[in-house]
Amino acid sequence: MHMTVTILSFLAKLLSGATARWIDCQPDTCQRVYFANHTSHLDALVVWASLPAEVRLLTRPVAAKDYWEKGYVRRYLASVFNALLIDRKEIKVHQSPVDLMIREVGETHSLIVFPEGSRNTASEMGEFKSGLYYLGKKRPDWELVPVYIDNLNRVLPRGEFLPVPLLSCITFGPPIWLDAGEPKAEFLKRAREAVRRLKDL
Amino acid sequence: MEASLADLARLPVLLLAQADPPRHAWLDVRTGVLLAVVLGLLGIAYGAGEYLRRLPESSVNPGMVRAFSLRVRAWWMMCAILTAAFLFQGPTATVVLFGLVSFWALREFITLTPTRMGDHRALFWVFFLFTPLQYVLVGLGIEYYGLYSIVVPVYGFLFIPARVALAGDYKRFLERTAKIQAGLLVCVYSLSYAPALLYLELQTAAGPWRGTNPGLLFFFILLVQLNDVLQYLWGKLLGKRVIAPAISASKTWEGFCGGVLSTTLLGTVLWWVTPFTPWQAAIMALIIAIMGSAGSMTMSAIKRDRGVKDYGTLVEGHAGVLDRIDSICFAAPVFFHITRYYFTDV
Repeated sequence: MHMTVTILSFLAKLLSGATARWIDCQPDTCQRVYFANHTSHLDALVVWASLPAEVRLLTRPVAAKDYWEKGYVRRYLASVFNALLIDRKEIKVHQSPVDLMIREVGETHSLIVFPEGSRNTASEMGEFKSGLYYLGKKRPDWELVPVYIDNLNRVLPRGEFLPVPLLSCITFGPPIWLDAGEPKAEFLKRAREAVRRLKDL
Repeated sequence: MEASLADLARLPVLLLAQADPPRHAWLDVRTGVLLAVVLGLLGIAYGAGEYLRRLPESSVNPGMVRAFSLRVRAWWMMCAILTAAFLFQGPTATVVLFGLVSFWALREFITLTPTRMGDHRALFWVFFLFTPLQYVLVGLGIEYYGLYSIVVPVYGFLFIPARVALAGDYKRFLERTAKIQAGLLVCVYSLSYAPALLYLELQTAAGPWRGTNPGLLFFFILLVQLNDVLQYLWGKLLGKRVIAPAISASKTWEGFCGGVLSTTLLGTVLWWVTPFTPWQAAIMALIIAIMGSAGSMTMSAIKRDRGVKDYGTLVEGHAGVLDRIDSICFAAPVFFHITRYYFTDV
């Protein structure tokens, strides 16, 4: 399994030409939520691949069940990169995805989430959904690490299945936390800004 | 024998069946001597770079040392690519390595160039069909010259706009197709003429040339690279009148003239690795130097337009392949065609 993981992440990095930049943040195996802008189906795979090997093994990307369970290849890939698949159609009150995520990762793993929900096609990032806020509220001990994904939407845009091997860049920024009593809307705005500002650094 | 489109269908068979063309000893003493001298000089340059890096910060400009070390590293890479040709006793390894360099340079070029969603499929074919095809044809040998000299600038250039049009996005159509075409022409088509030199059956006035083609390729790359450095050095020493301040503040007329003249002189001195007489070598070196300068000027203009200094800074951590090969890309086709026209049986 380790071998497959190494090969797959090597291929993902080779194809997407991804460079990882860490700005005011170091790779660590402590429990974290990496939250990123969503531009391509490759996002989860490439962010996961650009983490250092020991961190990667303890990190699970959250991905859409309807996309990653279609067909043998995608199912296999999702199992290799240990994706946590969320059913976007069956979100119910007593089976909220946030609770599922917290339950699944236990006390060891970290998560990669895309708070915009679906991939944005516009050049501007969409508004963040509230999941990140509830994650921060229920697990205040987790570091929330903003991640900016640049150029990956050109490698594999929406609706395409053949990639064009351009170069992309994954920027990890300084962690944020939910402040005591911080309103939901304000926190989500702050989180979105934390991702957006990495673009210019 | 000129190759036709029908030959394309037989490509896989031909590739498997093809053995390296029979030729005289692959590496002759002269080329070996030149290679050894260059490797020695590179070793010294590397040592000097390391020494400068260890000096206290105040005595030398760290930016300049870094740029110097990057250059030396790129030269090692180029030497490795050329040495591969000697080690594998044939041109195939060098063609493959040049192909990979092209692929990476094209990656940098297109990453820097804004494209739209509608260009995606066209780009896919540019990367995975036209780039490998060009190098496969070059690797099949000089009989395919008729095909590889047109497959990109005719068929490729007709295919790209057609495929973009099919995607249904007409916004800035000409501009977008031109950008993709320029990338393919410079990074892939032009560069592929450098390894193509290995397949020429060279003649001199006294009959078939008795030297070896890697020597010629080596002569070419060495002069292009030295021209870059010499122009920079002459510019530092005497530079006053800047050629185009908006494009590059470091390229001056004094640097250009000094560089071109000293490259010509060096080329003349190195005539013994080529099929040229000293006079012919001087003219060839002059052409190489002028085309090389044109190449780095053009690429600077593209970089200015996109607001970056180096292709290397585009994505942090990447070496910036295109920065190193821009002058080779412009000089290779011209050098190849002149050599082919005057020094082979055509």
